[in-house]
Amino acid sequence: MSTDTAVGPSGREVRQTHRVVIRFAGDSGDGMQLTGDRFTSEAAAFGNDLATLPNFPAEIRAPAGTLPGVSSFQLHFADYDILTPGDRPDVLVAMNPAALKANLADLPHGGVLIVNTDEFTKRNLAKVGYESNPLEDDSLDPYTVHQVAMATLTRGALEPTGMSKKDAERAKNMFALGLLSWMYHRGTEGTEQFLREKFAKKPELAEANILAFRAGWNYGETTESFAVTYEVAPARLAEGTYRQITGNLALAYGVVAAGQQAKLPVFLGTYPITPASDVLHELSKHKGMGVTTFQAEDEIAGIGAALGASFGGSLGVTSTSGPGVALKSETIGLAVALELPLLILDVQRGGPSTGLPTKTEQADLLQAMYGRNGEAPVPIIAPQSPADCFDAALDAVRMALTYRTPVFLLSDGSIANGSEPWRIPDVDALPDLSVTFATEANAPDGSGEFWPYLRDADTLARPWAIPGTAGLEHRIGGLEKADGPGTISYDPDNHDRMVRLRQAKIDGIEVPDLTVHDPDGDAEVLVLGWGSSYGPIGAACRRVRAAGLSVAQAHLRHLNPMPRNLGDVLRSYRRVVAPEMNLGQLSMLLRARFLVDAHSYTKVAGLPFQAEELAGVLTDAVKGDLPA
Amino acid sequence: MTATDLPTPAVGGLDLVPTTDEQQKAKDFTSDQEVRWCPGCGDYAVLASVRSFLPELGLRRENIVFVSGIGCSSRFPYYLDTYGMHSIHGRAPTIATGLAVTRPDLSVWVVTGDGDALSIGGNHLIHALRRNMNITILLFNNRIYGLTKGQYSPTSEVGKVTKSTPMGSVDAPFNPVSLALGAEATFVGRALDSDRKGLTEVLRQAAAHRGASLVEIFQDCPIFNDGSFDVLRKGDDVAERLIKLVDGEPILFGNEGEYGVVRSASGGLEVARVADVGEDAVVVHHADEQDPTQSFALSRLSDQDLTHTITGVFRKVDRPTYDDGARAQVAAAKEQAEARGDNLDALLRGKDTWAVLPEPENEQ
Ligand SMILES: Cc1ncc(C[n+]2csc(CCOP(=O)(O)OP(=O)(O)O)c2C)c(N)n1
Ligand code: SF4
Ligand SMILES: [Mg+2]
Repeated sequence: MSTDTAVGPSGREVRQTHRVVIRFAGDSGDGMQLTGDRFTSEAAAFGNDLATLPNFPAEIRAPAGTLPGVSSFQLHFADYDILTPGDRPDVLVAMNPAALKANLADLPHGGVLIVNTDEFTKRNLAKVGYESNPLEDDSLDPYTVHQVAMATLTRGALEPTGMSKKDAERAKNMFALGLLSWMYHRGTEGTEQFLREKFAKKPELAEANILAFRAGWNYGETTESFAVTYEVAPARLAEGTYRQITGNLALAYGVVAAGQQAKLPVFLGTYPITPASDVLHELSKHKGMGVTTFQAEDEIAGIGAALGASFGGSLGVTSTSGPGVALKSETIGLAVALELPLLILDVQRGGPSTGLPTKTEQADLLQAMYGRNGEAPVPIIAPQSPADCFDAALDAVRMALTYRTPVFLLSDGSIANGSEPWRIPDVDALPDLSVTFATEANAPDGSGEFWPYLRDADTLARPWAIPGTAGLEHRIGGLEKADGPGTISYDPDNHDRMVRLRQAKIDGIEVPDLTVHDPDGDAEVLVLGWGSSYGPIGAACRRVRAAGLSVAQAHLRHLNPMPRNLGDVLRSYRRVVAPEMNLGQLSMLLRARFLVDAHSYTKVAGLPFQAEELAGVLTDAVKGDLPA
Repeated sequence: MTATDLPTPAVGGLDLVPTTDEQQKAKDFTSDQEVRWCPGCGDYAVLASVRSFLPELGLRRENIVFVSGIGCSSRFPYYLDTYGMHSIHGRAPTIATGLAVTRPDLSVWVVTGDGDALSIGGNHLIHALRRNMNITILLFNNRIYGLTKGQYSPTSEVGKVTKSTPMGSVDAPFNPVSLALGAEATFVGRALDSDRKGLTEVLRQAAAHRGASLVEIFQDCPIFNDGSFDVLRKGDDVAERLIKLVDGEPILFGNEGEYGVVRSASGGLEVARVADVGEDAVVVHHADEQDPTQSFALSRLSDQDLTHTITGVFRKVDRPTYDDGARAQVAAAKEQAEARGDNLDALLRGKDTWAVLPEPENEQ
């Protein structure tokens, strides 16, 4: 990871390095997410490119010190644009034996391991099945190990505060943060200010955490055990103003922005579910921007209320994860029949059933595509990274409003909680999403009646006539409607026509052509992904190309309708590989639709793909050895 | 953070709905759709009552919305020339909720059946009542599943023989009024489909109520549950069964008012001959009593066999509505945001940003 070396002010070696992956791991109660988040903010403020991967148990407080209770946060930061949170850490911080045991396998030999020795008691070791203390036997020999009594040192630093030992020890995560901040030449002021704000109501806690943080920093500076520190220069990203953002935050902002751009009030009807709840939490803060949030009694009520709001002329939105989509299916079908705009945010998680609530997966694609009774086509869009959630939300709303249809946005756990730098868009350059409500009778026979299902010739969208509009009183519902007048119709030909019209409307949605990245121009293998796998696939392609091989990459953002040129793109490569975190849902669609021999590479481990593993798959594919 | 103080609430259910001076008639509320219930269905009578009642409200027709679920009764919106939505089974209260929260200028009505509201939609019903959404719910109780051709419903009597219960139902029924009161409903009324006067009076009060109003309508299904409420319509003992509540009046009934409702030894209510207990012992009805105990006890007088069945308004109390509260928060937040000069750009920027300068300046 290192390139240049110099000697720093404290006489210690300073290595310049292009990128670093740090993983903080500890017990769920150890504050690892906060620690990682904080370090991320510092890296962001410093101007590094970055990507993060939080990984935590579904239980709020799994039994302390156990393997299931381990929570970790991985951060990849670099002086160039990176695509993933990194496969393996360069530095592992292990706050207890369980964290060590759960994460050590990912640390490459030669990697840096910083261990909080205080937790390595007989009892804690036994809890996770260590027969001998790894700090004392030779099992850690392959690594550069730093043994630090973080709890003891934190306690010592906090002694002047008069805090109980137990309370003082709780600040040990800030000690770890201080130490790492020192190692990587990060400033201290940002974190100190952050702690003061976070504990504004309890200044004594703020001070305690700051003391621990400084103690960690000073520990690095004064003890001799750390011979090397590292510098990662700012990344040369495209010009602009940046901030760090998670996928769920970007999604919420996208919804707020869409409401503003459409000049419509936003109504979110939803029911809490991991990993989508943060969208509710965030949007609940933005009432001042015209957002109403409604925490319903269940998912069905959440989407029902959103659809009711849409009927009334609001931008109706519902947010959920896979199990919630299952409950919403019937109402989505109703929205298809009513032809009203509705945004459905599905932050996918491991399934089936409750599955792996805090882990990631892309297995709701076919549910979104087909999970309804009858022919009920719904557009689907999938963001490819945390920051991309913002643009995807705007695009989803564009489709919903223009074509008067429910639209699925498929995010997932890894981009929902993961973060990266986001170039803040120019608000004036955001798309205009304004809509026109119907105000006039439109019956072609000049009868002065209003026909709610008379379609726009271009988009096939029907008029949106909201209650309160005089003269346009009409009734809509889930029963089949006569093409045009919209009255109930059981006529067989009419039904056939309406089914095809609804399909044609979705098929006709304007989506951009698929672009292919093939820098060498001679690739025979195309790798096609969708959604959050963009990062690992892109990183894998870089590796393959760095090894002198050619591979073309394309990423599907629009899964329904698919880009018009997709068939041509697929047919212009000798081999197509589609990696997915499911059992091959996209490749099934590709095969069915385009009769191409798309090869599926699948993994459903609850974690994003690793670039290394995909690079292997792609290298094999280039050499003619395709995944089965 | 402190909660936002709510402004003085609108007091009437229709306070924020635009009115018209135009003279309206039942015909103005009649759509061009042919009504398709079975001959003799109680739904006809209710439709006629609603059509002739709506003009009385003096509202602009375009500001009235009827939302229904699925069932025979749920076809109702098609027959009214207002805005309407025939949604999906049991979910009408959810759609009405989104509409009521976002559109205070609408008069929002829900039409539902005993299966629609109490089986598949039971959860939504109780939560709409609990939240006190400003909507009026007409629950057509024919004690049967009509549209699916005659299975027993959650209000069918124990022992009822239907297509799905050939040996008689072993399922204990709900009492919709008791259920609504238990769900914190602020307005609960009941009427008989054929009693236009009684139904209109309950509708009048329900529409005027700000908050969720539940009106249970006993409705005859001559096809699958014929004559289920006949004991309340004809025969010698109708007057001894049917009790019409009048607010502020002692609860008397019988041909000559010879019966009255009195407190029972167990703390509930029971029926007694006035001659035996004296007029002073007869309980006076107060629909606006905050404590729902007496209304609940009244709802329990009617047994499955419809002895002593109460009609009229059981309960009518004021309580803040969810929709008013939610809108007040949004309005307050908007005001604060405006005062602070919040805008989308500032939101997207947040607190911690960094700039990447154009290439040359980044060098050095
Ligand atoms: C999800 C779903 N399940 C079942 C049905 C079938 N279904 C339609 S109406 C109904 C019962 C209607 O009973 P009720 O609400 O009492 O209305 P009624 O027809 O008696 O007026 C059922 C079971 C449906 N339409 N949708
Ligand atoms: S089945 Fe019963 S409830 Fe349905 S329309 Fe016929 S009579 Fe009315
Ligand atoms: Mg019924």
